[in-house]
Amino acid sequence: MNAIISISRRSFIIGVASTAGGLSLGFNVPFIEPALAEGAVSAPEINAWVVIRPDDTVVIRIARSEMGQGTLTGLAQLVAEELNCDWSKVTTEYPSPAENLARDRVWGNFSTGGSRGIRESHEYVRLGGATAREMLIAAAAAEWGVPASECIARMGMVTHAASDRATFYGQLAAAAARMTPPANVTLKDPKDWTIAGKPLPRLDTADKLNGSQVYGVDLKLPNMLNAAIRACPYFGGKVESFDAAAVAEMPGVRTVVQVDETAVAVVADTWWRAKTALDALPVVWDEGPNRQVSSASIAAMLEEGLGANDAFIGAEQGDAGAAVSAAGRPVTATYAFPYQNHATMEPMNATALYTPGRCEVWVPTQNGEASLAAAAEAAGLPVQQCEVHKIHLGGGFGRRGNFQDYVRQAVSIAKQVPGAPVKLIWSREEDMLHGAYHPTTRCRLTGALDADGNLTALHMRISGQSILAAVRPEGMQGGMDPIVFQGLVLAGTEGTLGYTVDNLLVDHAMRNPPIPPGFWRGVNLNQNAVYMECFMDELAHAAGVDPLAFRRKLMANNPKHLAVLEAVAERIGWDTPPAAGIHRGLAQIMGFGSYVAAAAEVSVTDGQLKIHRIIAATDPGHVVNPAQVERQVEGSFVYGLSACLYGECTVNGGRMEQENFDSYEVVRMADMPAVETITMPSGGFWGGVGEPTIAVAAPAVLNAIFAATGKRIRTLPLKNHDLA
Amino acid sequence: MARLTINGTSRDVEVDPDTPLLWVIREQIGLTGTKYGCGVAACGACTVHIDGVATRSCVLPVSAVEPDQQITTIEGLSPDSSHPVQQAWLALDVPQCGYCQAGMIMAAASLLMQNPNPADEDINAEITNICRCGTYNRVRAAIKLAANGGEATQRG
Ligand code: FES
Ligand code: FES
Repeated sequence: MNAIISISRRSFIIGVASTAGGLSLGFNVPFIEPALAEGAVSAPEINAWVVIRPDDTVVIRIARSEMGQGTLTGLAQLVAEELNCDWSKVTTEYPSPAENLARDRVWGNFSTGGSRGIRESHEYVRLGGATAREMLIAAAAAEWGVPASECIARMGMVTHAASDRATFYGQLAAAAARMTPPANVTLKDPKDWTIAGKPLPRLDTADKLNGSQVYGVDLKLPNMLNAAIRACPYFGGKVESFDAAAVAEMPGVRTVVQVDETAVAVVADTWWRAKTALDALPVVWDEGPNRQVSSASIAAMLEEGLGANDAFIGAEQGDAGAAVSAAGRPVTATYAFPYQNHATMEPMNATALYTPGRCEVWVPTQNGEASLAAAAEAAGLPVQQCEVHKIHLGGGFGRRGNFQDYVRQAVSIAKQVPGAPVKLIWSREEDMLHGAYHPTTRCRLTGALDADGNLTALHMRISGQSILAAVRPEGMQGGMDPIVFQGLVLAGTEGTLGYTVDNLLVDHAMRNPPIPPGFWRGVNLNQNAVYMECFMDELAHAAGVDPLAFRRKLMANNPKHLAVLEAVAERIGWDTPPAAGIHRGLAQIMGFGSYVAAAAEVSVTDGQLKIHRIIAATDPGHVVNPAQVERQVEGSFVYGLSACLYGECTVNGGRMEQENFDSYEVVRMADMPAVETITMPSGGFWGGVGEPTIAVAAPAVLNAIFAATGKRIRTLPLKNHDLA
Repeated sequence: MARLTINGTSRDVEVDPDTPLLWVIREQIGLTGTKYGCGVAACGACTVHIDGVATRSCVLPVSAVEPDQQITTIEGLSPDSSHPVQQAWLALDVPQCGYCQAGMIMAAASLLMQNPNPADEDINAEITNICRCGTYNRVRAAIKLAANGGEATQRG
């Protein structure tokens, strides 16, 4: 194992910081690794997180993937905070998944999803920085012959005041790397942070302004070929036949290959020529068993589930069934949320090089280890003979985590042209037709109000697709998909219901259409927030009570949920009337470990909706970079509002109908409201920020639309509704 | 064979005349800052300047470009990221994943050339590029900052 060489090779290819000439200080997860691990035999490295070069540059290793969410900067801040280094000298790099495996997963989990990048690794990366700092101090103390306890590490320098000596980290790194890591280090109290917790600019901005940032689609390798692919557009279908000879003579074409059972690819000198030949390639599809499946048939399947007896229980209190039946006048409503495509701006792609006995893949991935496993499987090689180089992502949103279909395809193609790297890029059409779609669900809610307008019972029946059943069945609990109930459960730290209802039942009739589902930014919190928060508005209206006051009464036991809701209400001026023509809506939920709320102001003029502004509040416990939190909230609103206003993948004849942005419209500049972010960390826990707030944008807007028009929009997207 | 002037340099490229300019720029010229997002002129990721005008290069056959027309890509907007739009983008730390940003910057630079002080409605009408990460509000702020000569110095 030669980590330095491996990292340097990747650095050469994609131009990230090289570790050449540097030393690495680090520790194991979760415990301190013994000094001078075997890696040091071939490279001057202890291990893991921190490399300090003689010129004082600090290279911080980042295991999670940067896909725009700012985790690279945030994680570096956490390490640098404990390291007491000079932030202006910090740079970062990705260790490779194969190195992680070879080194007993010293960098922990590479998976980047579920808003976990920071909240699940903050402790061990901080320990990495702190351990390195103590070793630097120990090295200086040893050199000076003074007690380590008298030395101070600050701004990339160790000083000993009594003897008036000082030296930079770069001078100490070699000696520090030979020190025994301390068995115990104490992490700083976040209130003492000077680098973490601050709104520092991102570390990765400059290259994104001049075209020099390399994405997977931009990769250039010597002798590289390019591939364009078409998989059977019918879900469950496959290739019956294709006529390679018909395009073999087209310019630039090297070969036409079948890829697994489901796809064909053209390999050519350039991608455009590969795509041109692919478009001309006669292919006959075996359309498979799902030709009768349509959006209407799926809707009927889910509709049946709304009243079915088979259901998994996600939350239960008292006897909701009896209480609802006893109620004279229950309030009831049915909601629906359609399929969505991730539509990352960079389409799926991967580059693979297969030589007998070895396979290398370059890929923008949210989960380098999953990419490695997929590469090994597709190559038919032991994982030790494979390597994955993580490339910067042009968006992820959940599409590039679990699902490594493009890696498998690239390797399958590369195996058929051994010795030449092949870059596979999906067209946008391919990307739209072969998504890992946000699943579709329906929801029937029934509530009972007493004479004073108090909510006495609530039954929330969700019917629809389970993501876990399709993509991670090992996560199922006795046949139940717990993730279906995001934000609706009564216990735990991930996302509890903010309301106390004496008689409550939240259950799920699992109905799985033959459409591949996936984790889509915000996952099930998106529709659960629409269902619950719009229905709360309906109940408040039925009770004749102000929506904020109605919620407040149910939230006494959940002060953190209430605090974010109160914060947005206060900021938007809930207690004072809005300007003429402006109407307001509220929503709150908890997800990904954070408490979130939104208040929206809209107007509807001649049926034309304008969203003027949204106030968003997030309590993620701790904040590592408030500027990045703001960007994540704004950005997630664009994603959530895209689904609310336009997003809908419809199924017809067993395939998706939308193939590009001309039919899958998304939010653009003109749709965008002003967004004001309130970040209110209350401490004591670590929640995520990349996803939770997305969920409150749509219900806040829908509730404001009701206030404006008296129309309850219960099925998304809004483009299908006439607001006039 | 086509003769193109890209970022001030005249280039002869061996290419089928139907090839979209985008792919000539990316694959024959080797400048990959200009991105493919949709191929149907719907997203703006492929925006370049042709004689200063923002143009979606994914649907423009290379044969439609005259040899003396000035094609500018993100790499040629300035030699050192010093263009006021790039500076404003840096000051406000606009990009998230960054994939759409070359197109955004090129569209914004062209807008400011035609209209040095765009109102919100002008920005809405002219900047129709898609950003899935959701940087729109910062893009808007950065355009205004660039229009004002980069007055604010605060990043973030
Ligand atoms: S790639 Fe040209 S507009 Fe989308
Ligand atoms: S910054 Fe990622 S698509 Fe715009």
